[in-house]
Amino acid sequence: MKRGIIMNKADNVATVLDDVPVRETVASRGLAVPVETVAREAIPRGHKIALADIPAGADILKYGFPIGYALTDIPKGAHVHVHNVGSKRTEE
Amino acid sequence: MKKLYGYRRPDGSVGFRNWVLVMPAVACVNHTAELIARDSPGVVSLHHEVGCAQIGADYRQSLMTLLNTGLHPNVGAVLLVGLGCERVDPHTLAGEIASSGKRVECIVMQELGGTAPTVAAGKKIIAEMVEQLATASREEVPPSSVVLGVECGGSDFSSSLSSNPVVGYVADAICAAGGRAVLSETTEVIGTEKILTARCASPEIASKLVERIRRMVEYSRSEDRDEIDGVAVPNNISPGNVRGGLTTIEEKSLGAISKGGYTSPIVGVVEYAERVGRDSGLWFMDSPGYDPECTTGLMACGCNLVLFTTGLGTPLGNPVTPIIKVTGNRLTAERMRGDIDIDVSAVLEDGASLESEAAAMLDALIDVANGKQTRSEELGYHDIGITRIGPRL
Repeated sequence: MKRGIIMNKADNVATVLDDVPVRETVASRGLAVPVETVAREAIPRGHKIALADIPAGADILKYGFPIGYALTDIPKGAHVHVHNVGSKRTEE
Repeated sequence: MKKLYGYRRPDGSVGFRNWVLVMPAVACVNHTAELIARDSPGVVSLHHEVGCAQIGADYRQSLMTLLNTGLHPNVGAVLLVGLGCERVDPHTLAGEIASSGKRVECIVMQELGGTAPTVAAGKKIIAEMVEQLATASREEVPPSSVVLGVECGGSDFSSSLSSNPVVGYVADAICAAGGRAVLSETTEVIGTEKILTARCASPEIASKLVERIRRMVEYSRSEDRDEIDGVAVPNNISPGNVRGGLTTIEEKSLGAISKGGYTSPIVGVVEYAERVGRDSGLWFMDSPGYDPECTTGLMACGCNLVLFTTGLGTPLGNPVTPIIKVTGNRLTAERMRGDIDIDVSAVLEDGASLESEAAAMLDALIDVANGKQTRSEELGYHDIGITRIGPRL
């Protein structure tokens, strides 16, 4: 079991605090109950994991605010980073 | 809050250091200034890249940075070293700094006849200044004397999750006690306009802030992007940020602004290196995020202490104002022990609360104010970087 942290209850991503190998479970604290998510791929420490399926075009939420939008459909447990997230403030 | 002891200056400001500053009027005499200051405890020299071959806004910005460095309350006396043919007139600059009531002397190499006589004359003057400053002693000063710069550099995920919010609580505590805090790095507030404008004390302050952010967005879009690991990354975040897990400028900014706290009002927006006003609260300085330039701007705008968060680690310091480096990343705290002043990694590793870490940080901040050396002061980090607007002539 690896560790993650969720900053706001609205968030659809958690930040992982350990290097996470593929198929490992991440237990994310920060809410009343820890949220368990199985990683679909390896995720480096400090990077983000999707807590739910995020459809293409939907906001990526962290701290309760949008930090970007999904460039493709992002399945639950996926690594969420520059390869599948766009910035509205950089590209608009 | 623990008691604070500082140096009261004739212009009403308060310093937490009492440096004799040897300041070159132009980069051509940087080495001369360094030779004068070398091996003299209590004396620091500045190494900069300006003083000539600049015009217009660029020249005015460089001049303001040098002037406000000389006026800084952590500086007790100034020896200005000129070459003789530079655009910055060392005698005029010396006169403007002297208007603050501190002792200022000026020597010019082309008048004295070269390096050796200039160094000899300079050493004689700084010896007198050191003797004079040794008679000054610290006295108790109120918490409202603190002008706290907050900055981040070499950010990673830990900055936004731990060190930045802890610094934010300290900034709020300083402002609540009547002091001032200064947030800057315009690049790193992009995307947080709604949150920051809601804290602005007036609509005028809010619109000035929004305009500065808009200019930075425009500029960062004006050049092609670099590719990192096969992905084109926006120009407003660094390769290290991306490897560390930061994905967009919005994500970086939301984490970055927590350094400015949560409750204090934003009471004004100043230019790069422009001195902040007297109002208590959070100030915003329009500046690049680039660490050496931003730190220099924070010093020049009047910060007498700076809390600097770094997830990945940096040796950064400043010749005039103490830079207190904070990390929330335990690996960095262990690997770069000799460069980190405050370790808040217990937040992520041991579940420590942000509030308890903030209380400890406030105590450590006051210890530095009262004279404890920072890591970068121990290491003698004396570089500065003045930001530029246009090309050189």
